[in-house]
Amino acid sequence: MIDLLGPLFLLLMVVCALAALNAKDLLSAVTIFGAFSFFSAVYFVVQDAPDVAFTEAAVGAVITTVFFVCAIQRTSEDDQ
Amino acid sequence: MRSTFGSPVLDAAARLLAPFMWLFAAYVVIHGHESPGGGFQAGVIVAASIILLRLVRGRLAASVLTSRDALTLACLGPLLYGGIGIASFFFGGNFLDYGVFPFPMEPSEVRAMGTLGIEIGVAVGVAGVLVLIFDALARWEDGTL
Amino acid sequence: MIRRLTVLLLAPALVVLLQAAADLPEVGDSTAPAFAHVAPYYLAHAHEETGAANYVTAVLADYRGYDTFGELTVIFTAGLACLLILGVCDKATPGRDGA
Repeated sequence: MIDLLGPLFLLLMVVCALAALNAKDLLSAVTIFGAFSFFSAVYFVVQDAPDVAFTEAAVGAVITTVFFVCAIQRTSEDDQ
Repeated sequence: MRSTFGSPVLDAAARLLAPFMWLFAAYVVIHGHESPGGGFQAGVIVAASIILLRLVRGRLAASVLTSRDALTLACLGPLLYGGIGIASFFFGGNFLDYGVFPFPMEPSEVRAMGTLGIEIGVAVGVAGVLVLIFDALARWEDGTL
Repeated sequence: MIRRLTVLLLAPALVVLLQAAADLPEVGDSTAPAFAHVAPYYLAHAHEETGAANYVTAVLADYRGYDTFGELTVIFTAGLACLLILGVCDKATPGRDGA
């Protein structure tokens, strides 16, 4: 059972990546990308790398998402 | 920032969360020797708490840490790191050779103290840089920081 | 058309990468090349030399402290570059609008 966790989260990462590629607008793509980062963090925990998982959860799932949303807001402002 | 999404519930939640995030960051950087964590993660957590306050409370929260303070912190981090590295010259060591500091402890504990110092430097620098990037991205309407 | 061409080009690359991944050492294999040189020394001496139970911190902040200093410098430079590119400056600072 525990051996299946790694492949399971890898599969979820692939699903998230495909969903982010096919998302309708940038905002949902960014949100799905945050979920991708979270699954990759959990995958690092399964692979016994808690330090990397910690960094991935903090940077990938929180900071990059906020920065991407801010960047989208700025670029859509310039379009108007 | 054009608008914030503050509401009483979000406001209360952010105010409750922020101190605990700071406490957790302090734990992560101080306890980084024994458990997963370190300066980089702690800096990111501090930056996340400040960004949360800014997202929810807008300009009111800028007094927690203004952008100029963030710039100062971003410069202080590498300065602290390099300062500890250079300070070991004065006790006859190489650059970043913390074992030479004359603390009254075991040699390994002296090294641990030096490591803690540079981890704090990393945390301060990373937190300052991330808050600075957020402020640059989501700056106020009049274009000032 | 372009999409089909991309898939056609990327499918052999996927096969090659999977083939290469099959030859990678197992996770936690102690005979892997990455564990052959300095890793045994770190595992044997890191705790008594640096006083750190977390060997990742011991390597990052102590044995490879110079690397981490470079990493912090990179982050600092990235922050300054963001400020420059996004054109943030205080209105009171002279020089923006020729003031």
